[in-house]
Amino acid sequence: MSDIADRVKKIVVEHLGVEEDKVTENASFIDDLGADSLDTVELVMAFEEEFGIEIPDDAAETIQTFGDAVKFIQEAA
Amino acid sequence: MRRVVVTGLGMVTPLACGVEETWARLIAGQSGVGPITRFDASRVATTYAAELRLGDGTDGTFNPDDWMEPKERRKVDDFILYGMAAATQAVKDSGWEPKTDAERERTGVMIGSGIGGLSAIADTAVLMQEKGPRRVSPFFIPSALINLVSGQVSIRFGFKGPNHAVVTACSTGAHAIGDAARLIQWGDADVMVAGGAESPISEIGIAGFNACKALSTKRGNDPQSASRPWDADRDGFVMGEGAGVVILEEYEHAKARGAKIYAEVLGYGMSGDAYHITAPSEDGEGGYRSMAAALKRAGLSPADVDYINAHGTSTMADTIELGAVERLLGDAAETATMSSTKSSIGHLLGAAGAVEAIFCILALRDQVAPPTLNLDTPPEGARLDLAPKVARKREIGVALSNSFGFGGTNASLVMGRGEI
Repeated sequence: MSDIADRVKKIVVEHLGVEEDKVTENASFIDDLGADSLDTVELVMAFEEEFGIEIPDDAAETIQTFGDAVKFIQEAA
Repeated sequence: MRRVVVTGLGMVTPLACGVEETWARLIAGQSGVGPITRFDASRVATTYAAELRLGDGTDGTFNPDDWMEPKERRKVDDFILYGMAAATQAVKDSGWEPKTDAERERTGVMIGSGIGGLSAIADTAVLMQEKGPRRVSPFFIPSALINLVSGQVSIRFGFKGPNHAVVTACSTGAHAIGDAARLIQWGDADVMVAGGAESPISEIGIAGFNACKALSTKRGNDPQSASRPWDADRDGFVMGEGAGVVILEEYEHAKARGAKIYAEVLGYGMSGDAYHITAPSEDGEGGYRSMAAALKRAGLSPADVDYINAHGTSTMADTIELGAVERLLGDAAETATMSSTKSSIGHLLGAAGAVEAIFCILALRDQVAPPTLNLDTPPEGARLDLAPKVARKREIGVALSNSFGFGGTNASLVMGRGEI
């Protein structure tokens, strides 16, 4: 797994209080990992902070799964 | 009017996490005051406070993990954590577990706070200054809002009745219990979870009360001697933190389910000083009217009062309250006992009135008045027994608890013995 994926996973585990093995490629933050809409806002902010990028609101809405997040950050970072 | 009884208790105080754990230490004359560890206090005038004893949950220590998961705790300021801990204890103690929607809709929550998420607001303001508004957390607002203790408690237990929160500075806890009792009397609910929570021990909290000249500053070498209500050498209050929550229940409702009944809420009175933003009126007439109103509502006379848990903060206002109580009680002042438990746990601000109401309830149960620590030199001519230093074993049939807040807001609760 890439360095970016590791760092994203660490943030997800920390913020959502889930087991690491639950954070799979297609795991949906809301449907599978117990996040609510406020949690997803906070996650996106944590990604921005960690990777020094800006994720506009319309782009943030497309980040639904762990895989979405890794892909977006790989392209942006 | 429907009768209201107390069927569950919960508290987190600087003495201990838990009602019996706190009460045993209080009666033993222990102090919860010490040097400030929560933040670097080198820039503020007061270097001591009554902080919760953090630990693994044994021996009366407070372990946050026992009350909220780490993931949830990141979304709340400490006052909500403390309120959740006290409310969870109280609900468990009462044994009340509504099974139907109808029962859930008849169970409400009214837990207030004097200031609420002061630390969350201060920290977020600094963060925004440093990193800009995009870094403000989506949990900032719900972590700081005062009514989110009531909200969080209702979500945890599924209580769908009235959901409310009192904000009346240092009278908050007493107003919450009194107002919640009224909701039951009026039939808006059968059970209410009521009380107060506060987490003011932060640099901005201490600095703010220092600026008001309200806090003790002179006893850094011996913090446990700093909270000394009525004593000639008192120099201000000692800030505390924590929460107190009671389960109030309509009497027949409690009887029908075989609940243990700690005490009955007999009377509740309120008044406003209309005098000054931080100082009480000089003759204590606001407090006097609050107490008189509570006794009138209870159908009792001042001579019926055996124990008074004073507002008694260890400030100049102590003797004003003493004068008002002695005027109200008249000759009966010779036989009543009044103490200030703030001498032991400091001033819990919005939680104080709820914690002190619980102390009154336990005083009624155990027939003992908690002591006023550090009272070396009582006011000259005081007629009331102020229970200096040592708990007073005595008959207590009726207890009165006073809370007076900034803005000139006064609340008094009158409670009678239960059936345990």
